[in-house]
Amino acid sequence: MSPLHGREMPGVTRYRPEQPGSQPPYLHESYRSTVKRAPLAAPVIITPTLSELTGPSGGWERLMGPACADLTAGHRGEPIGERIVVSGRVLDEDARPVRNSMIEIWQANAAGRYVHERDVHPAPLDPNFVGMGRVETDDDGRYRFVTIKPGAYPWRNHENAWRPAHIHYSLFGPAIGTRLVTQMYFPGDPLIEIDPIANALPPAVRDRMVSRFDLDTTLPDIALGYHFDFVLRGRDATPLEERA
Amino acid sequence: MSRLLETTPSQTVGPFFAIGLPWTGGNTLVSPETLGERIEIRGQVLDGDGLPVIDALVEIWQANAAGKYAHPEDRREDALVDPAFLGFGRCATDADGQYRFYTIRPGAVPAPGGRMQAPHIMLIVFARGLLQKLITRVYFESTPENAGDPILGLVDATRRERLIARTEPAGAAVYRFNIVLQGEDESVFFAF
Repeated sequence: MSPLHGREMPGVTRYRPEQPGSQPPYLHESYRSTVKRAPLAAPVIITPTLSELTGPSGGWERLMGPACADLTAGHRGEPIGERIVVSGRVLDEDARPVRNSMIEIWQANAAGRYVHERDVHPAPLDPNFVGMGRVETDDDGRYRFVTIKPGAYPWRNHENAWRPAHIHYSLFGPAIGTRLVTQMYFPGDPLIEIDPIANALPPAVRDRMVSRFDLDTTLPDIALGYHFDFVLRGRDATPLEERA
Repeated sequence: MSRLLETTPSQTVGPFFAIGLPWTGGNTLVSPETLGERIEIRGQVLDGDGLPVIDALVEIWQANAAGKYAHPEDRREDALVDPAFLGFGRCATDADGQYRFYTIRPGAVPAPGGRMQAPHIMLIVFARGLLQKLITRVYFESTPENAGDPILGLVDATRRERLIARTEPAGAAVYRFNIVLQGEDESVFFAF
């Protein structure tokens, strides 16, 4: 018996392993950048210790600075594009809310251009849009951003390659094991079907990353609503000593 | 057992995260009030051709000098939280693939079963071309506790050194820890 299979840390439960098939492989050749960056050795599987079962869990403003939930504000004028509200909840696998957890987003502007020196796509920058936001989830795990709908943009992965419109998301959850960086897509986008990054997952799993239009959060005369819930790894109720 | 919700898949951080994720001072975990020995950790992120990865994001998470994590589930009463140390940092690699952190040497933290782990720092890598995060650990050379560390003990002896940061000629408190994503010198990554 491995020494790691001893007594559980008092009051600390581990997280369930990733659900089979829920995560993309490292090597996915049609996404060219994976070819020289995917590790070839299998990861070393460990029983998590306190180091893996903890993670940054507060002090967000002290760390990163003030929250920013409205990406359309803070400039001299209104950004160009279709104003949208994106909102939803962060839950664990048991549908429990993930509270007071940081969510960060970044995105292209309505023309599909990022405020980044290496984005050389010949589309206009918008002086009234940067495209970054961060908020903490509330006690129900809810979050909400006001932004503009990002545009699709070309990339150099293959001939005539275009990324579907997406918003990048970074989430923490309670521990290192729940840390997640992902992308949220928009319903009805024909580019999703042919995007090598989204299609690193089979269609049924891929489509978990597609938001849905939501009339309930649509602001009359102001902005369309899109709803997107995140599900992070949940707690494993089985104490370590009962595992085979 | 009730049916579990389906987890959200990971996607790459992409090449443009610098507009949103790094924050000013994100690679400096210490303030003048922080307890503990100051150290610097620096390194280069390299791909399978040995080329620098200029668009990687490196994050670290660590215990304070007393071996305590600033986390509600570290409930030990024999180690105290340092109010001047949150233990989390973030650094984007530069045009040469380099990152660096200014932090403190962490204390030893417990392993299950009442044993202790050698001082170490959790390190997470994101990059364009990585569809999921990678997690490794930074241990320190010339640390006697390394010999009994239960996680190091799980790693093949020939690869163990890739988890050990080495001091730089610049000074005893400056450590180098390169991250090789792929190939013969590939770093050791963990899953749990």
